[in-house]
Amino acid sequence: MNSVGEACTELKREYDQCFNRWFAESFLKGERGGEPCGDSFKRYQLCVQRAIREKDIPVDGVDFMGPNKDKPES
Amino acid sequence: MVKYFCCAGLLKCSWDQACVAYWQRYPNPYSNHVLTEDIIFREITPSNCLISRRLMTKTSRAPRWMERYLPKHMASKAYVIEDSIVDPQKRTMTTLTWNISHARLMSVEERCVYGINSENSNWTEIKREAWISSKVYGLSRAIQEFGLARFKTSVTKTMKGFEYILAKMQGETPSRTLAETATERARETALAAKEKAKDLASQAQKKQYV
Repeated sequence: MNSVGEACTELKREYDQCFNRWFAESFLKGERGGEPCGDSFKRYQLCVQRAIREKDIPVDGVDFMGPNKDKPES
Repeated sequence: MVKYFCCAGLLKCSWDQACVAYWQRYPNPYSNHVLTEDIIFREITPSNCLISRRLMTKTSRAPRWMERYLPKHMASKAYVIEDSIVDPQKRTMTTLTWNISHARLMSVEERCVYGINSENSNWTEIKREAWISSKVYGLSRAIQEFGLARFKTSVTKTMKGFEYILAKMQGETPSRTLAETATERARETALAAKEKAKDLASQAQKKQYV
């Protein structure tokens, strides 16, 4: 799948591959460990965060699980 | 006014498989509207939950009748954020998805909770909720109705995409049958016709007021 930053797709692919293996083989099996795939994540983030700034994508200041306030079930 | 929608889904795979598939589900033959996908934040909490934020670019086509009320230069792409928490102890995955573009026109927020099915522990159930709102004066109800209809169509596509990826993970060669493709075409044509009818209806209504 393509990254929003055209130059980041290859870095993303590398990271995804590492993450998917760690997720299935370690994380879900209950192993506790440090940051998954740290180095490839850093490289990928440098690239994608730059792309987000350049494209002015408004992700700053958006709370985690952001708009999920108590919603009425109408 | 917010439109609320709730439904349950079932995946005939274990919770672990569903979570693994969740991270690998793009691209699939039912996700042509998803153009890009990125992880922009990821952390493991002290209680060993995985929290992530995914940023997606999706195409967002407004129906004809709505177009006339929109700015001419409006982008046909929308940015969508999807936050998630995977809790391997409780065996739950909660996702929250919402659009950060065109949110005044229409905001769609979706929350899904993936858990182990209570009747068959090898299956995964999804509780899906959605809140659809619009702040366009005088048109919010029509826009919400449209949003809800489109949301329901996208749920079907999401589930099909999921099943496709699951089959692929299990080494099967998932094929989109001709019949399936034909059904989908027919559905899209019907949807287009419905929009056209709405368009005509709104024109007729407008004329009445002139």
